[in-house]
Amino acid sequence: MKYFIKKIITLIMTLFLVSVAAFLAFQIIPGDVVTTILGTEATPEREEQLREELGLDKPPVVRYFNWAEDVLRGDLGRSYRYSKNMNEMMPVAELIGDKLPVTLWLAAVAVFLIILISVPLGVLWAMSASRSGRAAHFMDAFLGVITQTTMAIPSFFLGILVTYLFGILFKLFVPGRYISYQEDFAGFLGYLLFPALSIALPKIAMTARFLRNSMLTELKSDYVRTAYSKGCTRKRVMYGHVLRNALMPVVTFLGMIIAEIVAGSIVIEQVFGLPGIGRLLISSINTRDFPVVEILILYITFVVILVYFLVDILYRVIDPRISEK
Amino acid sequence: MKNLFFMKRKLFSLLLAALLTMAVLGGCGSDGTGESSGDNSSMESVKDSTEANSEESSGNSAEANSGEPVYGGSVVVGIQQDIDSLDPHKATAAGTKEILFNIFEGLVKPDKNGDLMNAIASDYTVSEDGLVYTFTLREGVKFHNGNAVTAEDVKYSLERASGLLDGTPLISSLSVLTSVDIIDDKTVQVTVGSANTELIYSFVAAIIPAGSGEDASGTPIGTGPFSFVSYTPQVGIVVKKNADYWQEGLPYLDEVNFKIVNSPDTALMEIQGGSIDIYPYLTDSQANELKSSFRILSAPSVNVQALFLNNADPVLGDVRIRQAICYALDKDMVNDFVAGGNATLISSAMLPTLQTYYVDLNDTYGTGANIEKAKELMTEAGYPDGFDLEITVPSNYEFHMQTAEVVAEELKAAGINAVINPVEWNTWLEECYTNRNYQSTICAITSDMTPGYLMNRFQTDSKKNFINFASAEYDETYQKAAAAMDSAEKAEYYKQLQQILNDEAGSAFIQVPPITIAMNPKLAGYVFYPVYVQDMSTVYFVEN
Repeated sequence: MKYFIKKIITLIMTLFLVSVAAFLAFQIIPGDVVTTILGTEATPEREEQLREELGLDKPPVVRYFNWAEDVLRGDLGRSYRYSKNMNEMMPVAELIGDKLPVTLWLAAVAVFLIILISVPLGVLWAMSASRSGRAAHFMDAFLGVITQTTMAIPSFFLGILVTYLFGILFKLFVPGRYISYQEDFAGFLGYLLFPALSIALPKIAMTARFLRNSMLTELKSDYVRTAYSKGCTRKRVMYGHVLRNALMPVVTFLGMIIAEIVAGSIVIEQVFGLPGIGRLLISSINTRDFPVVEILILYITFVVILVYFLVDILYRVIDPRISEK
Repeated sequence: MKNLFFMKRKLFSLLLAALLTMAVLGGCGSDGTGESSGDNSSMESVKDSTEANSEESSGNSAEANSGEPVYGGSVVVGIQQDIDSLDPHKATAAGTKEILFNIFEGLVKPDKNGDLMNAIASDYTVSEDGLVYTFTLREGVKFHNGNAVTAEDVKYSLERASGLLDGTPLISSLSVLTSVDIIDDKTVQVTVGSANTELIYSFVAAIIPAGSGEDASGTPIGTGPFSFVSYTPQVGIVVKKNADYWQEGLPYLDEVNFKIVNSPDTALMEIQGGSIDIYPYLTDSQANELKSSFRILSAPSVNVQALFLNNADPVLGDVRIRQAICYALDKDMVNDFVAGGNATLISSAMLPTLQTYYVDLNDTYGTGANIEKAKELMTEAGYPDGFDLEITVPSNYEFHMQTAEVVAEELKAAGINAVINPVEWNTWLEECYTNRNYQSTICAITSDMTPGYLMNRFQTDSKKNFINFASAEYDETYQKAAAAMDSAEKAEYYKQLQQILNDEAGSAFIQVPPITIAMNPKLAGYVFYPVYVQDMSTVYFVEN
């Protein structure tokens, strides 16, 4: 119980500090919101009117607390940049609510691919690395080169590569023809498969490599020798003992990856034209859309903390020794 | 296991680091994120366009390859920026206005030759003294909601845009209006405070139903060839055919989907993949790549690109230094490198397409480099060994960046040590435009249909005079030009203004870059305007 209270207090403090930091960052970076919105042709009267509308005529401290008060009341404010219709700006909650499913589904598909591919791959790799013989050596080296390469490709380029290969060459999808999830959910998931693959590829390589190394380390442990000496088969040692123990750090690693993906895959969303959180964040920072950026940053912070928290719990479940410490 | 705890402790610092990274990302330029950047530039927005065949001159439609038009069908038009407002009076970004052109119309509207045609007004007269405009409304023009356009609506729209309604002018050029009166059902009289023959161009301001600026549903309603269907931030805007459109036979298409394209890099893939039918912002290399499978059309843009010089800078304050820069510049080379040789070279701030007012001054400094002359002037000014010059460039505009790279090399040949300082668009707006805190910058002014738009900004105390140009003679001449009621006389003054700007080397004007579009070969009828619009009403599918 004490543990949970401690966690929640940490969460609140972190969110508060992050929101202040984001607010301060907005004070420091150049670019006047009003000029950004109105451009260079606006009349001074209109500029004055807008400044008042947005509350920018008040001192920064007042503005921050006004904003925080509204957020605590559940009013996330309105975007400076995006219109809802001719006479109203888009409420932040609605704007983000519309984009969030895109990012979350993208993350879900990517995580699914990562787990589905990386674990068997990692095991296969560890198996061949721990064996002697030409074929095993070759396999180990081959996987090493493949994963190293996948990890080294910048995600922007990887996205372009996937688009070119699957979109233009094999015509498995039409680049840029994003189908909204409200329209056709199956089509939406189908389109997400390729961006998800672009996100997953380097992570698969990392996770597989991580699992391989973790298994190899475990193989050197005393309990392995014990298991062998009491007559276990290699198969049983590998799957029954080593894999189980080797998965522990991998869970942590996966947690980090999931946090990263759920927080928004900025680059991949750009490349595939997915209207998700990451793309919204970039454009909102560029247009100095403060209410949107603040909420997005809080969301990302929250997701990261939450995922770490879940990993922590999962850890306690897998290894009860942790809670005793 | 220790790992995890270690990482948790690190979490907070990681977050802060992430936050800082974001701030930095936002602060120093956004490569590849085409979308947001140019957003609110009703000026200074150059499309990265350069391209091969420029046989098509401005005003020519793409009729060369037209077949029998077929009614119906829908097309996807790729656009580079999200729209800044659905309110036609509040929208300032050129990228928004070019789309809203399809939904809203004014009393008059631009035609493809850059002249005005009557739209909601069937006729108008201007009093002798230029102070009273009388508009007769066209019979049978209907809003998209089915209601006929009344004199009430016109009065409301003009009062709203000019600030007569609530004291806040939304369109600055209309703020000279002093009253809008309904004479009868079909006649509206507008009175202005001071005469200016260019004011008529401001009546392209959208006519919207009375009260729609306060309407709770906020649906954009106009009289244009297409009516508004939906808008989704970051995705795009969809419009459908206005079956009641007053121009017989237009539009051809049933639906147009203006789709926001993320970056120029991904745009090419989307065009090739077939998810975009029309894309109006091709670069030279993209156009070459698409030549075989797409219809490529090109025309001069309405952008005046220059190496703008801050006349208030201690070094650049000397006219000889500014002239030296003009001499050192090799515009031919810039054109070849960044525009594939298809740009129109200029030496003052006027578009050659505004033929009545334009005067060719390219001979003053030449279009090639004249290093000797440049060095001579620099020596005279006390800088025989050259000087340092910082060129600030909005980095989201690939075209300007490329230009800057060529220009910097050219200036180095004359001993001027030019350094490029790429900045993000908002930083540019604040530092260069608003605060005028820069030495030199490469960008472009996107013109409207009036010559005054390009020239009035160089008056000494104009709010838009971001180069700090100061010439009493210029100010005086501009006043005369604005007041002139006779068009020949007016043109004469404008030519003098260009001459002064050129003599004083107010800035080193470079070129009018071409605009290049890619279009699905099944489509025809695309019309280039000498203003910044994407008119979809004339586009049609060709019979197979």
